[in-house]
Amino acid sequence: MTDSQDSIIQKSKLPNSPEIKLHERSLSRTMILVVFVSLLLITGYTLTHLDTAGVQINQALKELMTTLNQMFLQPNAGTDGLPLLMEALGNSVLLSILTTIIGAVFGFLFAVLASKNLTNAYLGAGIRVIMAVIRAIPTIIWALIFSIVCGLGTTAAILGLSFHSIAYLTKAYSESIEGIDNAKIESLKVTGAKFWVIVFQAIWPTIVASFVSWTFIRLEINFANAIAVGAAAGAGGIGYQLFVASGMSFDFHETGLIVYLVILVTFVLEFIAVKIRQYYLNR
Amino acid sequence: MLEVKDLQKSYEKDKPALKDISFNIKPGTFVAIIGPSGAGKTTILRSLNQLIKDDNGQILLDGNDIRTANKTQLRKYRRQIGMVFQNYNLVERLTVIENVLHGRLGYKSTLAGVFGRYTQEEKEEAMSLLKKVGLENFALQRCSELSGGQKQRVGIARSLIQHPKVILCDEPITSLDPASAQNVMELLKNLTEEYNLICIANLHQINMAKMYADQIIGIRKGRLVFDEAATYYQRIL
Amino acid sequence: MQSPIKYLSHKGWHQTAIIAIIGGIYILGSQILNFDNLNGLLAVPKAFAWLGVNFKPTAHSMQYFPRIWQKLIQTVLLAISSTMVAAIIAIFVALLGSKVTGINGFVQTIVRAIASFFRNIPLVAWSMILLFSFKQSDFTGFLALLLMSVGYLIRAFMEIIEDEASETMLALKATGASYFQVIFQAVLPQILPSILSWILYMIENNVRDATLVGILTGTGIGFIFDIYYKSFRFDAAGMTVLAIIFVVIALETISNQIRKVIL
Ligand SMILES: Nc1ncnc2c1ncn2[C@@H]1O[C@H](COP(=O)(O)OP(=O)(O)O)[C@@H](O)[C@H]1O
Ligand SMILES: [Mg+2]
Repeated sequence: MTDSQDSIIQKSKLPNSPEIKLHERSLSRTMILVVFVSLLLITGYTLTHLDTAGVQINQALKELMTTLNQMFLQPNAGTDGLPLLMEALGNSVLLSILTTIIGAVFGFLFAVLASKNLTNAYLGAGIRVIMAVIRAIPTIIWALIFSIVCGLGTTAAILGLSFHSIAYLTKAYSESIEGIDNAKIESLKVTGAKFWVIVFQAIWPTIVASFVSWTFIRLEINFANAIAVGAAAGAGGIGYQLFVASGMSFDFHETGLIVYLVILVTFVLEFIAVKIRQYYLNR
Repeated sequence: MLEVKDLQKSYEKDKPALKDISFNIKPGTFVAIIGPSGAGKTTILRSLNQLIKDDNGQILLDGNDIRTANKTQLRKYRRQIGMVFQNYNLVERLTVIENVLHGRLGYKSTLAGVFGRYTQEEKEEAMSLLKKVGLENFALQRCSELSGGQKQRVGIARSLIQHPKVILCDEPITSLDPASAQNVMELLKNLTEEYNLICIANLHQINMAKMYADQIIGIRKGRLVFDEAATYYQRIL
Repeated sequence: MQSPIKYLSHKGWHQTAIIAIIGGIYILGSQILNFDNLNGLLAVPKAFAWLGVNFKPTAHSMQYFPRIWQKLIQTVLLAISSTMVAAIIAIFVALLGSKVTGINGFVQTIVRAIASFFRNIPLVAWSMILLFSFKQSDFTGFLALLLMSVGYLIRAFMEIIEDEASETMLALKATGASYFQVIFQAVLPQILPSILSWILYMIENNVRDATLVGILTGTGIGFIFDIYYKSFRFDAAGMTVLAIIFVVIALETISNQIRKVIL
């Protein structure tokens, strides 16, 4: 593109074309429009064909209000008692920490091997495809698959959560690694440094802040997943208590307390994440 | 005529960002405000169109105080005051001409503005202003595809289409390479003369101020440390 | 000032300590949760063997395919519609609540609090309480996904507005444009691509989450997976997983292509 500097001072002339266009047809504008319109049409179609099982919406909303009222305004520990709920909560937190550690360790190794600027293209592409497939399977299904192999329980839950974590973190970390300036890697390569030396002396210090960021994001996701797996795969923890209270004994007061406990934990996790991120960003 | 009297502003208690700033500027004057970073240059400029509410003082544009204007009056003042930014502040995804036409929004009814309905005259004026800033061939280009100097000239065209009495430029050349910077300064200087504008530019570069400005205002730690015609300033330096 | 040598050895100690703490937490955690690491490791190849066997379509499992496919399409439709309705709600709320376009500090705080509340209520809880009032129907699944997505999208949209639109917003305000003119002429055109990108991401995510909601509320793909799984029809369950993989990866690929064009 050239700046036509000479014409700056020229006297202005009115253009002779009567109709002045404000923009041309561009692929990006058209694409945005097409995608939005299609999604809205699909939404319209789905909503008008939605199966409501003959439920009276007004009636159901009224019931929902009662339930929410019981949950959020009159929470209590129910028949299980607070100590049991706290223990279950602790187990879920531990579960999410453990699976995040597994995810972070393996995720980093795979990310190094999958990053385009570090390894050969075939190995990288292979790992990326496998990880995409693993990520495509929902965590809950991973947990159920593992419970076929090693029985319903904690081990299946940990493996299920770990699998998804590894796949997720591999992608996140390798995107951070691929963002590194190539000169940094080359300058160590020319000193004759070994591959893993480069990784831990150049790559690691550069991405540590975003590594920590992503890991804590995953910790929050894993806590949510630990609850889901506990509920839907009977893997114990606070998720299971939540499932029993809300779906079997219909004690919505207890459900409310459990939800409050869960929200409290997520706030604490978020708070810790922010603090640690700040610490690493300020160094 | 722009008259500023005893302008005061503090963001935090007992830490004044501006103290007793007063100056007058006649139409057709290109003014440079110089001073170190954090001196309060941006605060002055943004007080002039009330993007920042100052605490005390007077800002008179042709004798009317902008500070006491109500919401509708303020919009009328603002459209007479163009603004040019260090980072251009264009809607990058829209075309050059659409960004220029944004300068007309202050004159339009809410509905016409919301739907982006512009008259033929407005479009023709936008084209002729683009020609004036040397971008007539870029009218339908997306702003994200332009160079820094070109973006800044779109910003200038956007402020000109407001038919302004005043143009405020907050570090208009800080993000530009030397050639584009000269180009933009020259353009601003010529426009000031041609339209009899009051053009106020925050700058760090003293040499640029000396080269182009008619009047130089120096700010340090929120205080006005000098306000002189540029010729005088050039003589003593 | 520390001496450089002291600094380096301090840093070395620091790293060793962090590794030791994390390792300690891991070992202690395994013990408390009764997680047998060795058995766990051995289970991995077994699981893949299971997948290998049950992913292979057989004449018997093919007969389930039409039903699986129908449920999967239904699930995708639910994911799309819940995301879109959530997005429409979220964009209004985000405009009211962002620091750039928001009304005032009070409203901003309220919006932030509500968004974070919705985001952090577990999907399990939404599913179960909605199931209680709305019974086993697609509508229940739709609502659960909707309520979850709203919280996420409000936060995401507010961040987009604050990151991408604050500068142009200021510029148009300075021209004397009114609030709605600024919103429609500067903020929306600027943020639309990022908004769309988030919507696409949320749709992918909702397809995965719909599996969980489905297991709990008896709808969509999650429901039939659960049925096959519990009745030991593993070939059909494997076929279901395969179909999910196919659809999620297809959605991801389409989304990435769309992103390439619009961003
Ligand atoms: N929004 C704000 N809140 C608090 N302090 C501010 C804010 N904006 C500017 N300041 C302070 O006011 C002083 C003047 O800032 P500014 O006008 O931006 O200076 P300049 O443009 O000359 O670099 C600085 O000390 C700055 O830290
Ligand atoms: Mg400044």
